[in-house]
Amino acid sequence: MAARFEHDSIISGIGQSAVGRRLGRSATDLTVEAALSAIADAGLTREQIDGLTTYPGGDSFSTHGYGGPSPYAMMEALRLQPKWFSGSGELPGQLGAVVQAMMAVSCGLARHVLVYRTVTETLGQGSGGRGAIYDPDGIAAPTMAGFIATFGAPSAVNWLAMLASRHFHEYGTTREQLGQIPLTGRANAGRNPRAIYRDPLTMDDYLSARMISTPLCLFDCDVPVDGSTAFIVSAADHVASMPSQPVYIEAIGSALTQRFSWDQQADLTAMASTGAAEHMWSRTSLTPADVDIAELYDGFSILALAWIEALGFCKKGEAGAFLQGGRRIALDGELPLNTHGGQLSAGRLHGFGFIHEATVQLRGKAGGRQVPDVKVAAVGTGGGPIAGAMLLTSERV
Amino acid sequence: MQPPPDPVTDWYWQSGADGQLRFLTCGDCGYRTHPAGSVCARCLSGNVTPQPVSGLGTILACTVNVQQWNSGQEPYSIAIIGLDEQDDLRVTTNVIGTDPYAVKIGDRVQVAFLQRHGYYYPLFRTVEDG
Repeated sequence: MAARFEHDSIISGIGQSAVGRRLGRSATDLTVEAALSAIADAGLTREQIDGLTTYPGGDSFSTHGYGGPSPYAMMEALRLQPKWFSGSGELPGQLGAVVQAMMAVSCGLARHVLVYRTVTETLGQGSGGRGAIYDPDGIAAPTMAGFIATFGAPSAVNWLAMLASRHFHEYGTTREQLGQIPLTGRANAGRNPRAIYRDPLTMDDYLSARMISTPLCLFDCDVPVDGSTAFIVSAADHVASMPSQPVYIEAIGSALTQRFSWDQQADLTAMASTGAAEHMWSRTSLTPADVDIAELYDGFSILALAWIEALGFCKKGEAGAFLQGGRRIALDGELPLNTHGGQLSAGRLHGFGFIHEATVQLRGKAGGRQVPDVKVAAVGTGGGPIAGAMLLTSERV
Repeated sequence: MQPPPDPVTDWYWQSGADGQLRFLTCGDCGYRTHPAGSVCARCLSGNVTPQPVSGLGTILACTVNVQQWNSGQEPYSIAIIGLDEQDDLRVTTNVIGTDPYAVKIGDRVQVAFLQRHGYYYPLFRTVEDG
């Protein structure tokens, strides 16, 4: 296969701040912690950081702790002088910010790019929970959901519940099958000291949990947290001088092949993950059979189910059977899924937690949850109307 | 919530004043573009105007919202409806006038407008098939 821009860069460093519920710390403060950790991990100094990218960029998404600090805030906090910077939420999934960093490296604008994603959603919601941020007489946002939120459907849980209902209807998927995603995440979180919810979750717990929007219950929804995840994307030749084990980017998938919408896509049981996954596989000689672990976005459990189908780990419509009983996706199964607990149990770090976990596993540093001999990790972020996929490897393929 | 103000789509939220549901319809190729835009999404013709449809459709996907976004709120039905006139003509809406838990995919529905905030929200009621 011809040379690809993915091979021009590596992930040279990773860092993560404290992650928790209502930490009482600012987004910038958390990001500084994650960034300094990532810079040190890459064997770099602050002066060597010459690029900066983030999703979604703080100034345009300042509401309710969803947006972290803008690049401007981080340049000021760390007195950085980048040759390239960007903060954007209008990207193919959250990992689009990593792709922006890779592009900056590949075209020679920067050599070491700091990439971060920070959320302070528990801080943002205060003590009122999610209800505190919904005004039934307010005006719906024009993009994404202007024709949906208008009908008492303010949350992605409603929009995805409908897609789940369609998947259940067309393919006979059951709650017991879908529930294997939160159950597996919780079992893995029990081995992850940094996870938020670590107590065992049983199928009875899951089936008897309160409904949020049928067929999705409380445990199908991820847990808002405060926290920051940072990476350093470096030029590939930095490998020779770095202290930690590099992680290689084999391929990315960024294509959007359906309407940008939660209810207008041609196939209501498929999501944007389909286009991103197809695009990713078109850019590598590896196949789904080569994947050792899958870190798939589970902001809502049904998104991870859609990723499993989109990435070809099973046939379209057969994710229910694939998940049945949970053995295949268990830590010792054929496709260990969300090995840190996913966003459902380890916290809603909004996509970046999955990239972080894939990197930790590929380095063999996941402690009690380490999957033996991980060489290839598939990552999917987003998955509703936008999505990005990434194949990471421990060695250059 | 109220719809976002937009000169291109404002008419959609007023269409129910005479009891008719309308979609932006192409005078050249006949395609209905929803949500409405400046041109026909299929042939890019600018010859587009709001034209009525029967208001009949089928439930393609549905959920019962249980989460109380406001305290005391009762569970209600949210659904994606496929309109009869065109395969990919769809709206997300509420199904009213029935037990929300009884609403199911495949049910036939007809538009029923709710006037609020100065708009006519196109909601739907289930109807007997035939």
